[in-house]
Parts: sequence; C-alpha cells; structure tokens
Amino acid sequence: MSYLNTLLFGVYPYLAGAVFLLGSLARFDRDPFTWKAHSSQILSKKNMRWASNLFHIGILLLFLGHFVGLLTPPEVFHLLGVSASAKQILAIVAGSVAGLMCFAGLTMLVQRRLNDPRVRATSTRMDIFILLLLYVQLILGLLTIPLSLMHLDGGNMLLLMQWARNVVTFDPAEAVAAISSMGFLFKLHIFLGLTVFLVFPFSRLVHIWSAPVTYPARPYQVVRQR
Amino acid sequence: MKVRAQIAMVLNLDKCIGCHTCSVTCKNVWTSRDGMEYAWFNNVETKPGIGYPKDWESQEQWNGGWKRRKDGKIELKQGSKWKILSNIFANPDMPAIDDYYEPWDYDYAHLQNAPESKAMPTARPRSAISGERMQKIHWGPNWEEILGTEFAKRSKDYNFAKVQKEIYGEFENTFMMYLPRLCEHCLNPACVASCPSGAIYKREEDGIVLIDQDKCRGWRMCVSGCPYKKIYYNWNTGKSEKCIFCYPRIETGQPTVCSETCVGRIRYLGVLLYDADRIEQAASVADEQSLYQAQLDMFLDPFNPTVQAEARQAGIPEPWLQAAQESPIYKMAIDWKIAFPLHPEYRTLPMVWYVPALSPIQARAESGQIGMNGIIPDVGSLRIPLKYLANLLTAGDEKPVKLALERMLAMRAYMRAKTVDGEIHDEALQAAGLRIDQAESMYRYLAIANYEDRFVIPTSHREYASATYDAFGERGGCGFSFGNGCSPGTDKTNLFGGKKVTTRRAIPIKVEPAGK
Repeated sequence: MSYLNTLLFGVYPYLAGAVFLLGSLARFDRDPFTWKAHSSQILSKKNMRWASNLFHIGILLLFLGHFVGLLTPPEVFHLLGVSASAKQILAIVAGSVAGLMCFAGLTMLVQRRLNDPRVRATSTRMDIFILLLLYVQLILGLLTIPLSLMHLDGGNMLLLMQWARNVVTFDPAEAVAAISSMGFLFKLHIFLGLTVFLVFPFSRLVHIWSAPVTYPARPYQVVRQR
Repeated sequence: MKVRAQIAMVLNLDKCIGCHTCSVTCKNVWTSRDGMEYAWFNNVETKPGIGYPKDWESQEQWNGGWKRRKDGKIELKQGSKWKILSNIFANPDMPAIDDYYEPWDYDYAHLQNAPESKAMPTARPRSAISGERMQKIHWGPNWEEILGTEFAKRSKDYNFAKVQKEIYGEFENTFMMYLPRLCEHCLNPACVASCPSGAIYKREEDGIVLIDQDKCRGWRMCVSGCPYKKIYYNWNTGKSEKCIFCYPRIETGQPTVCSETCVGRIRYLGVLLYDADRIEQAASVADEQSLYQAQLDMFLDPFNPTVQAEARQAGIPEPWLQAAQESPIYKMAIDWKIAFPLHPEYRTLPMVWYVPALSPIQARAESGQIGMNGIIPDVGSLRIPLKYLANLLTAGDEKPVKLALERMLAMRAYMRAKTVDGEIHDEALQAAGLRIDQAESMYRYLAIANYEDRFVIPTSHREYASATYDAFGERGGCGFSFGNGCSPGTDKTNLFGGKKVTTRRAIPIKVEPAGK
C-alpha cells in the first residue's frame, strides 16, 4: 500500500507534470495547426450559452480555488487572521457554488456531446474522453463535500495543502507521508486530477494556454508583411 | 500621408448572368474539403433575397461590422474588446450551420447496386456532417436562385428598407439581379479587429486579408465580426477560413480564380493607392451616407507627382505605380464613378466594388428613346428600384447611383449613334458629365472588356514584401499549404491526434474494371 502511495502521490505528480509541460511545448512547436479550442458551437447552438458559460466560469473558479487554496502556506492565512477551520468552511462554500455551476454546465455539455448527432459524429475519442474525465473528476470533487462537512476542524485540509506544497517544492517523501492517511475518495480525486495534467497536451485543453488575455491591449488592426 | 497599395476588385453587375462559374471554380480549388463543404468563399445570390447565410445583411440580427459611438470613435458592433472576451465561451452572435445550410451528399452508388425492384431506385441525401440520412433538405446553397421561394420570405431582404416593396411581389413588377459576393478585403476589416488571437492580418504590400492558420485558436469572433459573413468556421479543423483572394496567383500576376473563369467578363482587378493615415477618420464619419465619399477621398491619384514621390518613399515598387495608373479599378471607381462599395454603412471600407445593374425601362420611355438623339430615359423608371440599389451600394443615397446609371446609359447612347448611325452626338454625355474620351474608354472596358484591360496585376516583389527576404530560405519550401507549415496537419498517425477525418457513410461508387 505504501508502495502504491509513493507511486501515485510521490512519483506520478512529476510524471504528469513533465508530460504536461514538455508535451505542451512539443505540440505548440511541432503542430501549431492542431492548437485550438475546437468549438462545436456552429454545429449546435442550443443551450450553448448556458452550458458553456456555466461550465467555463465554474471550472475557472474551481481551478483558481484549488490553486490558491492548496499552494498558499497556512502561515499566510493565519497572518490574515483566518483559522484553518474558517478557511475550510470558505473552501466548502465557494467550492460548492462553483462546483454546482460547473456541474450544471458540464452535464449539459456531456449530454450534448454524446447525444447530438452532429457533435457526436465530429468528436474525436479524445474529445469524449477528456469531457467524461472532467465530469467524473467534478463529481468526485462534489462528493468530498459531505465528507468534509463531517469534520470541520481543517485537519484534513491542512494535510492536503501540505501534500501539494511538498510536491511543488520537490519533497516527494514528505508529500507521501502527508497524504497516506487520507480517505479513498480524496486520493482518487487527486489521482484523476493529475491524470488531467497528463493527458492535457493530447487534448483540446491546450487552448487554455492560449487564453487571449492580451487582446484588450492590442490595437484593432493588424498589418503584416507577407 | 502613408501610401499603401491594394489589389482591389470591381464587379460589373450589369453583365453578370448568374452562371455561378466563379463559385464553382472557387469551390473546386479552395473549399472542397471536409469541414468546408458548406462554405463558399465566393457565392452568387439572387437579389432580392435574404442571401447566404440567411439575412446576412441585417446587422441588427448578426451584429457584424462597426458602430460609431457617441464620442465619434468607432467600435465593433459586437461590443468592446472586453465584451468580446466575455463572450468567448459561447458567442451569442455566431451563426449556426443551419443559417448557412447543412451540407449533404447522395448515396449515388445505390443507383447501381440496388436490387431489382418495381420502383426506380433513388439516390437519397445524407448529411456530410453526421453521416445520417436527411429526410428533407430545408435549405441549401443558392436556395433562392432566380427568385426561388415565396416573395414573403425573400422580401425580408434588408435592401427593401424604405422601399414600398409590396408591388414588387406582383408578377408584372417583379425584378431581380445577381450579386456575386466574396471577401471584401476591407481597409478597416472588422474580422481582424475582432480576432482575440491576432491571427488575422492585412498584408501591407497588397492589402489581402488572411488568417494565419497556425495562430488561429478557433475563438470564432471573426465569424460574427465580419458583416459580410465571409469568414467560415471549419468544423473539422476547428479554425476559421476565408477567401484568400487567390494570393498565390495574385503574387505571380495572375487574376483570382473567380475572375479568371468569369464567362461574363464582369470582374476587374487592379491596384489602388490609398492613404493609410486616413482609415480611422474615413471609417468614423458621422453620416452613413458620407462613408462612400469618405472612402473615395482616401484614394490617391497615381498621376500626382507628390503621391508618386510618397509612394516611392514608402517602398512601393515602380511596376506597382505604373499598374496603379493603368488600373481599371481606378477608372471605374474614381474617374468615372460608376462603381460603389457594397454596404459602406458597415464602416469596414470594403475594397470589392460593384457597378450597379441597368434594367429594362418599366413605363413611359420607349426603347427608341435610348437612341441617337441622346435623350436618356429617367433612370428612376428602371425596373430595379433606384432605392434598392442605393441601399445596397451607398447606404441609401440615390444620387451617386443615379449618376452612374445615367453615365452607363449615356455611353450606350453615344456609342449607338456612333456605330449604328455613324454620327457623333455628345449631348447625352454632357448631360451625364462625361467627356468623349471617357465614354470611349468606358466602352472599351465595359463592353469589350479585354483580358489585359480587366486584369492589371503587378507581380509581387518579395524583396519589398518582406524585410528579411532570403532566396535560400525559399529553396525547397512547400509553397501553399492549408496550415501547420509544410505538414498539412492531417496525418492520421500524428502524435497529438492531428485531425480526425470524418467518416462519410455514403456508399462510394464502385469503378468496374475495364473489359469486364
């Protein structure tokens, strides 16, 4: 069991991270033509505004929440006068709202991708796989909420934060130690989360790298030579 | 003054016979691929009609083009840059495939393979997208051909604004014309401005607007941004594509495919010089009806020594300056003022212009009146309402369109008197403000329309087109490709999935071996 813990939570994060970074770089460099969001809005517009906006805004909030929540050192929170318990309640509330938004949007998108004949016919296997992966991952995340509600002392959360910070500071042994006592549901959620990073460069998720945040600063017209 | 050159096009609608050769040759060359079946870089619409995609001209529905804000600045009609970004997850102004039409193919092979039956076998349609059987085709390319569909539907045409349209539904008063459409290669392109990735650009040396396929991320804001709906989202590659003005041909001095193959000889290509410093000012004039004049004012006289000096300073090669002097576009748009931009009110400053169509005289004037005595019939009694043409070409201002039609009629009257009766009468010309040499020239360009006169295209000078031109770098290059550099991005074994080739479930025709 400890061997599996080491493999999945001490080694796998680096494997997934390396593939995520190098894979993205290789694809961007070698196959820029395949680098796209691949919207299927033109094929079926029905419900698209609700589905896509709920999903995207929800998942962006979740990503931001996980990023800040997992990687900010507890000392920073304590300095701000937020106790571990209070932070956990904050995370549960914010996570539930964003999670339910995302769930509503993703449910519509999954339904659309599988049942709309045009969208289904033009989907690649990876398109369907990545969508279902995110769906399962989201459901797992939502299922951890009732578990967290059972113990609001913030202890488990601190351990998860410790794992994340140990991983990004290249201390896998400590990371595995922090996570080994965690419940199965949490572990599965983390494993799938790392898997999302692993398959990221091979899926349409690469469009996240290209979020056009610089557009508002650009002049309207672009003139190039040849 | 910042002089730039552009290859512009004029289409003489007076001679368009609606044969669709331009559309078909263009499709065969550029859009006969998966994901682009529904897309026509060039299409010919029968007017009046709602067109392709449905109602494309109605920007109240599609929010394409630009709008002038209260402070006098222009902004994309789909909204500010922040608004566009906020719509990136689901573009509310995006047309769906059904607004164009669902592409299909037929089970042709069934005609050969069907077992013996009492009824004749038929080739039934299948969707080219989903591969599923289509029970009924509701809309297709050129669905309104030659006044197809009911007048009630066709008369939603945006150009009927301020026209008492009911009478044109009556058989005796009906009228029609053809409108071939392609990308306008605008001076103030809304597609370029709305691209969040900055993948669309206007080429400095010839003004062609292109989409960098490697940089396009498929945010699809250009599709809604273009008021002419001439950007198409390729659902197979997930990238947008548009008319490329056949740039590989233009660069070598050849006309575009649509122009080359036009059997009516209605298309003209030539150089226009314009002042790039005045784009913003011209696009943001307050009155929509002044946009045509504002754009005319941007164009520079290629015979003016100051303009020539500035152009040389800007690096425009000598053959281009000469081509600008011989440009058929300059003659038609600026000298004779018989060509007009399509829907200038979109504020994109389009560069594909149109000569309005003459039409039979409806009442009063007998045909004999267009004769040697030089009296020009009232163009207001032409079968195609003047207001309709003005709504199409000058944001509703009838005066310039009227003058153009009068000039075309006057040229005919003059030439008729000269060739039939052997007499020179220039009264009609004077009334229309034309000189004899202009009329003779108009005759040469409009009626004879020789290849050399229609197409005056200087070859591109790469040393001018690129600051870092390197002949050795071009060696072994791949020339034109549909993206991903020299790799088409379509390898099935691509490490990253490449593109999926949609399976077509239509049964392919079996070729019988010879001699069997």
